[in-house]
Amino acid sequence: MSNATLVSTTVNGDPVQFACPTDESLMTALRNRVGLTGVKEGCGTGDCGACSVTLDGSLVCSCLVLGVEAEGRKVTTVEGLSENGELHVLQQKFIDHAALQCGICTPGFLVAAKALLDRNPNPNETEIRYALAGNLCRCTGYDKIVHAVQDAAKDMRKNNNRSKKRS
Amino acid sequence: MGHEQKYVDKKYEVVGTRFNRPDGIDKVTGKARYGADASAPGQLVGRVLRSPHAHAQIVKINTAKAEKLPGVKSIVTSADLPDLTGGDQGLADILENCLARGRALYDGHAIAAVAAVDEQTAAKALKLIEVKYKKLPHVTDVDEAMSESAPVIHDRIFTRGVEPKPSKPSNIAARTQMGYGDVDVGFAEADVIIEKTYKTEQTHQGYIEPHACLASVNPDGSAELWVTTQGHFVFRNVCASLLGLDIAKLKVTSSEIGGGFGGKTHVWGEPVALALSRKANRPVKMVMGRDEVFRGTGPTSSTSIDVKMGAKKDGTITAAVAEMRYQGGAFPGNWAMLACMTAFACYDIKNNKSVGWDVVVNRPKVAAYRAPSAPMAAFAVESTIDLLAKEVGISPIDMRLKNVAREGTQAPYGPTYGPIGIEHTLKAVKDHPHMRAKLKKNQGRGVACGFWFNIGGQTCTDLNISVDGTVNLTLGTVDVGGSRSSMAMIAAEELGIPYDQVRANIADTTSLGHNDMTEGSRGTFSSGMATIFAARDAISVLKQRAAQMWGVPEEDVIWENGQAIATGEGHGNLPALTLQEIAAKSGRTGGPIAGHNEVVADGAGMGFASHICDVEVDPETGRSSIVRYTVVQDAGKAINPDYVEGQFQGGATQGIGWALNEEYIYGDDGCLQNPGFLDYRIPVCSDLPFIDTKILEVPNPLHPYGVRGVGETSIVPPLAAVGNAIANATGVRMTHAPMSPPRVLAAIDAQENAG
Ligand code: FES
Ligand code: FES
Repeated sequence: MSNATLVSTTVNGDPVQFACPTDESLMTALRNRVGLTGVKEGCGTGDCGACSVTLDGSLVCSCLVLGVEAEGRKVTTVEGLSENGELHVLQQKFIDHAALQCGICTPGFLVAAKALLDRNPNPNETEIRYALAGNLCRCTGYDKIVHAVQDAAKDMRKNNNRSKKRS
Repeated sequence: MGHEQKYVDKKYEVVGTRFNRPDGIDKVTGKARYGADASAPGQLVGRVLRSPHAHAQIVKINTAKAEKLPGVKSIVTSADLPDLTGGDQGLADILENCLARGRALYDGHAIAAVAAVDEQTAAKALKLIEVKYKKLPHVTDVDEAMSESAPVIHDRIFTRGVEPKPSKPSNIAARTQMGYGDVDVGFAEADVIIEKTYKTEQTHQGYIEPHACLASVNPDGSAELWVTTQGHFVFRNVCASLLGLDIAKLKVTSSEIGGGFGGKTHVWGEPVALALSRKANRPVKMVMGRDEVFRGTGPTSSTSIDVKMGAKKDGTITAAVAEMRYQGGAFPGNWAMLACMTAFACYDIKNNKSVGWDVVVNRPKVAAYRAPSAPMAAFAVESTIDLLAKEVGISPIDMRLKNVAREGTQAPYGPTYGPIGIEHTLKAVKDHPHMRAKLKKNQGRGVACGFWFNIGGQTCTDLNISVDGTVNLTLGTVDVGGSRSSMAMIAAEELGIPYDQVRANIADTTSLGHNDMTEGSRGTFSSGMATIFAARDAISVLKQRAAQMWGVPEEDVIWENGQAIATGEGHGNLPALTLQEIAAKSGRTGGPIAGHNEVVADGAGMGFASHICDVEVDPETGRSSIVRYTVVQDAGKAINPDYVEGQFQGGATQGIGWALNEEYIYGDDGCLQNPGFLDYRIPVCSDLPFIDTKILEVPNPLHPYGVRGVGETSIVPPLAAVGNAIANATGVRMTHAPMSPPRVLAAIDAQENAG
């Protein structure tokens, strides 16, 4: 490995260090060096969204980001969505609505959908469709994916209201 | 064992309901392991060098410099894969496609491969391999390839199916003809005749997961292959033959598969990865880039089709002829033959004739793509039927209903149909609220039908009952769309236990007998049948054990609702024994309880669909948007309606992409100009509305539950449904798919200039 650089970053809340060549993508580093193969490669050119992660909260295609750019920042992948051993609402709704067939696009969709709902808890159908337009799915025709996101948004709003009332 | 295959009408407990899939959690948490997600100790990175030319002689390959690069562990060319195919031309073609032998036959054809310690070294090594090419004339267009003046790609190809046998080689691999009646008589009876020529461009299956494998060959000839495939048993057999390995010593494990749609039924890099591993004596992981997937794996045929149809004033179609030219890439295929089988299959046409021409060109070897060959033929035929309907003044649906195929109609490819669902789908379309919805300005509605067969094939299934009464169902057909869940439902149904007591797994090739590919919509059909029989096999063991536990004759035991019940004089009041109770005692009543089945499932049913499509065409740009879309299809019996709907929606969307956008664009140099998702644009979420579905169930008489395959038909109607909708929106008839904005705009302009 020529020109390797040591990178210290936070992945899914945990401190992580890895060494990677300066021209290696964050996607490859996460997959091959951190072992998070939930980050999928569909194209390597930013066109499919399968490698979606958030970097300090913003949605990126990790194939278009360099591994070294993660230095000192916070990365979240699909592996970081479930908390305390429980599936995230979006994950559960994707299963309930049969929003995945082969599932290769699913991690990217989940990360992108979560980024959307964090920003806009009550998106309409068009907003969902545009927010997910950077993620390709070849199996589902997107129908059940959009339904799953709508349903998850509804549940998340309910849960939020409930916890607000409680506090 | 003589199991009853015939359909029996009954009430189901589990089948037909909606259950979550066993692989769901792994797939939403990122734990599921796909082709590129496996690793082995000491693994190398494999990369392939590909031809930059459409057609060239390989004068010399010099690997000396690359070999010297530190970290390079093996390099292979065709010399490392000697021809062991023993006169089997089909296998020889596969071998030549995996690594060029003396000639590069298309842009992207694999020439050589390296295995190195890491990605960077492998990439550097590829650049150090020196290949001296001598460019040869090329041809990529199907019509041009058929002309006298075209460069002949293989001098061993003499057109099959023509009499007398041609004296000269050509690019026409075969001529096929099907149909019956006398079309000249039929056209003489017609009041209206329409004749048109259509073209469709080449598209790719476009699965999001690129091909990937991890290969490991030992010096003693034993080997392992982890691979994303639609059929690991077939991959095993093909790879073993090409490498000269013993079949039983090659263990192939199918990974989770990130989409296939027919494209992962063929080997590409796998034999090369095995050869690299054999030479380096280390595991080799090989993952394709997206550009390699487009350039080097199998897309579908591009086509050129003439259709002529005649009808009487009352709408009766009296004659139909289709002349269909399909290119199969650089190697011969049977794609035009499939077109002949499907072109007129939805209709009862007294005089019909389909002629297919299978043609080779300098493009990648074509692979199956969901109902392969049918969508293009349907585009031509279903567009022509709309023109005919307009001419005789009947609505497109009534025109189709007037001529629809029914039970007893002879299919153009020979057999007589049993109960089929095309008429049901058309009637459902006619009654659908979608048909009455108001259209806005610049909008139009189109309807089209489609047909696909399902194949059966070889299947082998195991069912093992654990001591706690939970069940392992071991399958050999790769799960491409949720079949593990459907199979578990079927096993639960048969055994009479809850769905969550059954766990379905896909076995590797050393753990189960041979299973054919998951293709031809056969997964649920044939594996489902084997699952039913394996469960019934286990039930007979369960009954025998219960009889033993009770000390009663076996004939007096019946199986009902997950338990054994003793019937007959004297022991009618013995308490029932549940599956759990029998399983718990199995160690003392004869050992583990299992069921097994191997079957060559035949009797797969025909799948028919009718689609409704509304488009809005922007007259300024020629861009068409799908406003509303409805799929109506006969599933025979929907085991899990969620997945059936998913198949309908996914297939329709692929068809819509083909209809509007997707195409391989070749330059004059014969090289592919758009090998990426940016320029080869598949539908995205914001391109589409919700896709409405309606599942009809006309039972397949030759399946115990009435199942028909559902995976493929849904891609057949969309091209024509969209084309018919555009015609109704704009008044222009598109005859060239995809109907992309520039083509539609040009057609609108031409019409305006003419008018
Ligand atoms: S792999 Fe990053 S966008 Fe496709
Ligand atoms: S589920 Fe297969 S690509 Fe989306």
